[in-house]
Amino acid sequence: MHLPAILPWGAAEGFSKQMLLVILSVVIIATFFVLAARKQQLVPGKLQFAGEAAYGFVRNGIAKDIIGGKDFIKYVPLLFSLFFFILVNNIYGAIPVIQLPSFSHVGGAYVLAAIVYVTWIAIGIKKNGLKYFKLATVPSGVPVYILPIVIPIEIISNFLVRPVTHSLRLFATMLAGHLIVMIAGSGIEFLVMQENVLLKGASVLVLAGSLAMYMLEALIMALQAYVFTLLTAIYIEGALHADSH
Amino acid sequence: MKQLIISAASEAGSNPLVPNIWEMFVVLVGFAVLLYIVTKYVVPMFEKNFAERAEAIEGGIAKAEKAQAEATAALEEYKQQLTDARTEANRIREEARAEGAQILADLKDKAAAESARITAQAHAQIESERQAAVVSLRAEVGTLATTLANRIVGEALTDDARSARVVDRFLADLENQSAGAAK
Repeated sequence: MHLPAILPWGAAEGFSKQMLLVILSVVIIATFFVLAARKQQLVPGKLQFAGEAAYGFVRNGIAKDIIGGKDFIKYVPLLFSLFFFILVNNIYGAIPVIQLPSFSHVGGAYVLAAIVYVTWIAIGIKKNGLKYFKLATVPSGVPVYILPIVIPIEIISNFLVRPVTHSLRLFATMLAGHLIVMIAGSGIEFLVMQENVLLKGASVLVLAGSLAMYMLEALIMALQAYVFTLLTAIYIEGALHADSH
Repeated sequence: MKQLIISAASEAGSNPLVPNIWEMFVVLVGFAVLLYIVTKYVVPMFEKNFAERAEAIEGGIAKAEKAQAEATAALEEYKQQLTDARTEANRIREEARAEGAQILADLKDKAAAESARITAQAHAQIESERQAAVVSLRAEVGTLATTLANRIVGEALTDDARSARVVDRFLADLENQSAGAAK
């Protein structure tokens, strides 16, 4: 289910609305935070305060709390970029004219999940050497006779299922939200077109329901950005401290 | 809208899990650019400001603590100085008092000595004057008495030794009389 491209106009393949929105999100985020961070004052202004609050949310609320230690700061740029990239691209879905969360197309979610997948495996190897794969798949304190069952489960859950769920969770929630809003819109249009007055009136119920769904979607959009970033932080932490898990 | 639904339905065969490769490319490049900007500019700037702010606050606290310590030290010093000054003042006062007493005693002594000297001198003078008066009186009274007796008795009492005896006897009687009257 892809909308026609906007360049060339109406073509099946080409430069799509999604692509424009993704590029726009990069411009929005970069501009906002560079402006907020550029004129640094000891006593912050409104813009700087907003920027610092947003930055501090990811830095302290996610990176510091989950990864901790003294080198969590190394992972703040990745987590920060992920959170706001996903947040802005999701919130598009709640903005009336735009109304298209970028991650309702699966490609973007695959890319981000792949970046995170490569990152945490690289961190794990860098930190623990090739022994990392043993640490990540052989849980300590498990009786030897259960290991033949546990090790395949660990391999599947950590190295195969994890990136899939990581990306599909984001994609599916966005697609579902997008679909619900679209279906509600179509449903209202369909009911209003009916001859029967009662059916016409029923469109009001759908409108009320779709408003509630809209609010829920807006919440989920922000929540999914948080969840994706939080899981990234948890994966990185797990790779860093594989020997203690 | 109906067309859209129809087009969506006609695409139902396409799998939503199959990505558009160009969209993936755009997301990858876009995210890479964002990550670069964030790593290069945003995070260092925020961290710098956080560090500066923490330093400013901690520096301010340290400064205030230093000022507090200095103030306490100055207060202690002033208190010490005040105590010293009070002790000093007491000492000086005590000294002055002692000195005053000393001076007073000296003066008293001196005055007493002076008065004693003056008294003694007066006594001596009186004594000497009295002696002189006695001597002159004795001579004069003797001459007078002799002259008088000479006239009365008509007898020349030229014998000096005898007349001196008579005068002495007379004077001794006179002194005895006056001493008896004084008693």
